[in-house]
Amino acid sequence: MTAVDVTGVWKFFGDFPALRDVNLTAEQGSCTALLGRNGAGKTTLLKILCGLSSPSRGKAVLLGKEGRSGETRRGIGIIGHGIAVYDELSARENLELFARLYGLDRPRARALEWLERTSLYHVREGLVREFSRGMRQRLAVARAFLHDPKLLLLDEPFTSLDDRAIALLQGLLREAIAGGATVIMSTHQLREALELATHVSLLVRGKVSYAGERTAEMLADPGWLYANYGEAA
Amino acid sequence: MNFLRQSLSVAAKDLRSEFRTKESINAAVSFAVVILLLFSFAMDPTSEMIAEMSGGLLWLVYSFAGALILNRSFARELPNDCLDALVASPLSGAALFLGKSLANYLLLFLLELLCLPVFAVFYNVTISRRLGWMMAVFALATWGLTVIGTVFSALTVNLRLRELMLPMLVYPMLIPALMAAMQLTTILIAGQPITGDDEIWLRLLIGFDIIFTSLALALIETVLIT
Repeated sequence: MTAVDVTGVWKFFGDFPALRDVNLTAEQGSCTALLGRNGAGKTTLLKILCGLSSPSRGKAVLLGKEGRSGETRRGIGIIGHGIAVYDELSARENLELFARLYGLDRPRARALEWLERTSLYHVREGLVREFSRGMRQRLAVARAFLHDPKLLLLDEPFTSLDDRAIALLQGLLREAIAGGATVIMSTHQLREALELATHVSLLVRGKVSYAGERTAEMLADPGWLYANYGEAA
Repeated sequence: MNFLRQSLSVAAKDLRSEFRTKESINAAVSFAVVILLLFSFAMDPTSEMIAEMSGGLLWLVYSFAGALILNRSFARELPNDCLDALVASPLSGAALFLGKSLANYLLLFLLELLCLPVFAVFYNVTISRRLGWMMAVFALATWGLTVIGTVFSALTVNLRLRELMLPMLVYPMLIPALMAAMQLTTILIAGQPITGDDEIWLRLLIGFDIIFTSLALALIETVLIT
């Protein structure tokens, strides 16, 4: 089953085309690494997939449905550039809020379960503004995985994570993929991403220059893709 | 049912955040009290003019101080990109709007309740004669102020000059509601009942609330998605 089907998507900011006729498909249970230099259009594409932005042309079908239906969004987990948790709320209150917004049963129990899984249970009533950077990042990971999403859309998920948070996120992603979830992640950390990825898409100036399975060459030399399909190629 | 539960969750979150930081309610109450105090020095509180302009003065203070609360409504979602997580969640734009409006409404009403006795003391005005009706007028006018303010708070959230833009956009839209609230409040502070020709102002307030609440609920999704 196709979890993500992007067809002929263009996105203009004024006259500038940030995305140019982008096509992307991801099968259920796959992990696609969305690569590209800064300004290539990775975040713009992920924002369209998250429903935060609408394409100027083309369409994006997620989990079999086009548009921003509540049912589709219930199946999506996101990690963006910000951690998307509230500084003035406690760790438990943050997760409980999102559990309620996603319509989960027993929101408090679910929040506490994920605080336990991310080793934040002991600070569950502490305000997020008092947390260290690593703790905040782990809470953001818990928020994204809280509702067992079928599709994970991750924008630079490994950026500025500490080693503990990287290990946690990689473990959760492996578990999610093994459970049939689909992952699309943009990243500059090629080695971490390629270890997890089953597929790779390379964006160059808003256009897909490579889309296919991750190969042994990419794993052996993370720079291989840019050398053969990047701007200089 | 889920819609209402989600809205209440958003409202509870906003109120909890506000009462922990007190960043907008403190600023709004301080601002309102200072303005009321300065005007009381500028005018003679015993003059008959006060009775005539009491409603106008009160609602100008409420709307200016209220802008400080409304400005923070969507701006508090900006740190850590929390608005993205809300918009990407199954929460509909209408539920988000309603939740934020409920929180803003309670904060604005609290501001009004705190400032009303201050106004009565500084201007030597008796407010207890038609207090029930006055509360009804406050409830209707505050909802109008809340709805318009919350929509424009969402619209201006990504602007650099949003503190300036919000009042510039909100006040022209609020003119009918503010006119009605000023007229009715002046009548009620004078101790007179709302009868005959004055009922048109009450109907205007009710109509304003219904029309702009419906429009806001229908359009908020477009405002939130770029």
